[in-house]
Amino acid sequence: MTERLLSIENLQVSFATRDGENQAVRGVSFHINAGETVGIVGESGSGKSVTAKAIMSLITPPGRITSGRLEFQGGDLTGLSEKEWRKLRGNRIAMVFQDPMTSLNPVKKIGQQLTEVIRRHRGLNKGAAYKEAAEMLRQVGIRDPEQRLKQYPHEFSGGMRQRVMIAMALSCQPELLIADEPTTALDATIQAQILDLFKELKGKSDTAVALITHDLGVVAQVCTRVIVMYGGLIMEEGTVEDIFYRPQHPYTQGLLRSIPKRGGGSRERLIPIEGTPPDLLNPPPGCPFMERCPHAFARCSERPPAVELSPGHRSMCWLAESAGQQAAAVAEGGFAGE
Amino acid sequence: MNRSKWINLKSELFTNGLGVTALAILVIFTLGSVFAFLSGYDPNAMDAMARLTPPGAGHWFGTDDYGRDYLARALYGGRVSLLVGFASMIVATIIGVAVGVVSGYFGGWLDNLLMRMLDIIMSIPSFLILLLLSVFLKPSVGNIILIIALLMWMTVARVVRAETMTIKEREYVLYAKASGQSASGIIWRHILPGLVPVIIVGATNNIASAIMMESSLSFLGFGVQPPNATWGSMLNSAQGYIAQAPYLALFPGLMILLTVLSFNVLGDILRVGFEPKLIRR
Amino acid sequence: MRQLIVRRLLQTIPMLFFVSVVCFAMIKLAPGDPVLSFVTPNMHAEDIERIRHNLGLDKPAYIQYFIWIKEMVQGNFGYSLVNHQPVLGQILERLPATAGLMGSAILLAVLLAIPLGLIAGANRNRWLDKLINFISYIGISVPLFWLAILLMYLFAIKLHLLPSMGMRTIGVESAADVLKHGILPCSVLAFGFLASYVRYIRSSTIGQLKEEYVQIQYAFGSRKSTILFRHVLKHVLLPVITLLGMSMGDLVAGAIVTETVFSWPGIGSLGMTAVRGMDYPVIMGITLFSSLMLIIGNLAADILYSFVDPRIKLKG
Repeated sequence: MTERLLSIENLQVSFATRDGENQAVRGVSFHINAGETVGIVGESGSGKSVTAKAIMSLITPPGRITSGRLEFQGGDLTGLSEKEWRKLRGNRIAMVFQDPMTSLNPVKKIGQQLTEVIRRHRGLNKGAAYKEAAEMLRQVGIRDPEQRLKQYPHEFSGGMRQRVMIAMALSCQPELLIADEPTTALDATIQAQILDLFKELKGKSDTAVALITHDLGVVAQVCTRVIVMYGGLIMEEGTVEDIFYRPQHPYTQGLLRSIPKRGGGSRERLIPIEGTPPDLLNPPPGCPFMERCPHAFARCSERPPAVELSPGHRSMCWLAESAGQQAAAVAEGGFAGE
Repeated sequence: MNRSKWINLKSELFTNGLGVTALAILVIFTLGSVFAFLSGYDPNAMDAMARLTPPGAGHWFGTDDYGRDYLARALYGGRVSLLVGFASMIVATIIGVAVGVVSGYFGGWLDNLLMRMLDIIMSIPSFLILLLLSVFLKPSVGNIILIIALLMWMTVARVVRAETMTIKEREYVLYAKASGQSASGIIWRHILPGLVPVIIVGATNNIASAIMMESSLSFLGFGVQPPNATWGSMLNSAQGYIAQAPYLALFPGLMILLTVLSFNVLGDILRVGFEPKLIRR
Repeated sequence: MRQLIVRRLLQTIPMLFFVSVVCFAMIKLAPGDPVLSFVTPNMHAEDIERIRHNLGLDKPAYIQYFIWIKEMVQGNFGYSLVNHQPVLGQILERLPATAGLMGSAILLAVLLAIPLGLIAGANRNRWLDKLINFISYIGISVPLFWLAILLMYLFAIKLHLLPSMGMRTIGVESAADVLKHGILPCSVLAFGFLASYVRYIRSSTIGQLKEEYVQIQYAFGSRKSTILFRHVLKHVLLPVITLLGMSMGDLVAGAIVTETVFSWPGIGSLGMTAVRGMDYPVIMGITLFSSLMLIIGNLAADILYSFVDPRIKLKG
């Protein structure tokens, strides 16, 4: 479980706009181990989806990766040619997207779309690819797969389409599956079914999953580790227990207060976080959460270091440092960039 | 409409080399035809001694089969062509906006009736009707403007209707309705200002098609009558001298092409310029 | 499916009715007395009245309309006021020339426009796109009759490569001869169509490339050309059906100016002659005939579309 699958160092991505550079991701470092499920949490605009796209080198102009180093299974991905990237994408790193209604080509049959991926990466002939596609559909819980392969996307419900997308993503047994808000566009009951499917598939394969979501409830159900992002930076990182029971960062604490707790009773008050996320065209030099933070003080206008609170649990906050909690700022392998 | 939209438009227009060129061509042609008398030649003065003189120092565009200065004729012809284009656009826009707004704002049976009418008119081949009308009505400049406008307002009406339907669902219009403003007040104060971008884009493209229609009509001999020139009628007479004097066909056609091209380019730039810019994450 | 077809068919009936009424009304309201074309200087007033009666022109307008409609349904489009030949016969006689010319021009335009539009859309804002875009700008802005004159000058007068007039060399009866005469008018018309088709396909390609499913194809390791030809192409081809349907009306009367320039003996030239001679049965016949073709074309496109687009099938 401790083998490093993916590590990212000081990733920075920005988008050129009419009004200047929008610095969507401003120096993010983290890693994903083989076989684990990591939740990447944040509100929209926190940079989580951009990070996911950067992992697959899918940032297109006007966006560009301004710096950062990606390692996958010990190999350096920086400077890989487009052709080499194509061999990775959908094969060893696959992705499931937010809206299953628009993910599939509406005028092509499901079977054509699935076999296309299988044939491209696994070099199977048409018949074998078809069999494999049917098997994949069966695995994601679609009944009568041979018939379903002959149908068009509009003949599937949203939940079924997401199952198809998951089947397509897993069809080449990738080492890493990135799921970008895979349940957000679905109804609550379907959401639960898809999450159950994720859990079930987790048990069967050793594919690592990066689950990107704004929903802490989803994270609690399926993840072992959590990365909390805000304003293009990582605010806090730790195991599910660290984040849910011992959150240090005021932002994480705020997030937890703003979601209904399971079994917490209906009388519990939900407290929304006041204010709006920072403007990434002119990001604040210090802590991006400073403006909204109830504990902000003078030092917060400098960028805080990543403080290791316990092994694997880090927080980027001056409070964590000044509280003198046994750890010192991590100089090397820290996730805060410079 | 807010200021930033205009600034947006300005930068779109001036950073685009094609846009600047198009604008320059139109300004030159307009000034040229307004100040056509400065060319020093009477466009209808014949000179039997100087028939079919090729372009040169005295006559920059040469002379035609009656020895008339071709540059002067092209400039005066531009007057008619541009006037017809502009005036037809105005008439077509007025009719089209009126029908489109009424149809889009009030909806219901009125909308249904007007739109079915449009469908019918649009399923009749328009150019034949254009020819027919120009035979029935006497081919004066005023009539030609009217005829062309009558064939162009339908597309304006369609676009304006669709845009009206989206604007009328906006919050501020709903609020105005709820606070008891009259329909005409809402249309004047809220709908029409919102329609300005669509109208401007449509108008620019319509000038282009009006100029094209006028020149086709004149080319076939149904437009403005001799001795007055338009670019289309100049091409009509040039056809007979194509072997001896190909430049007679070259200049008027080139002027039509450049004018229509410029309006089309500007129309597209305006369309892009008015588009709301997507905010990227 | 069947319902859809029946419903669309029923919708065309009132359309056709109103088109015919509009045509009829316009001719009736027009100044100019068609009887005068039969009048010779030594005729008496009674003779003129007799002609008027024989032509049915002394009856009330709505009766004239119903008589005319009844005749038309039976295939009698009336007689030309100029040469007294049956209108339908004249139209049908000219139809092959125009339909052949327009049909090949449209076909040529579509075949060229699909690859050009796809290439331009896929290379948006690169030099290849800018070139194709500029050419198509010229295509929608150039007066086709002027282009016709220029090509005629270049290929017929200067280079003597192609004939400039008509459809056949007098005394020669061969397909190759017709083909040779057709090259110039066909290219001119094709260029006009090509420009608007390319613009259409280009913007539809750009629109499709922005779709989520295309982005997702990249995430599954597709290369751009695969996405373009395996995924986008089909989307782009669907609207071409509609474009073709709309061109059906042009098939009959869309080439008036071009036919006139090249003296091509088609329906356009027939229409021109009719307009000059105020030959209203012929004008009305051509107008109705091409409206009919346009309506049928749109109908056929709608039906064909519902067969080809899988998303519509379900509802039908």
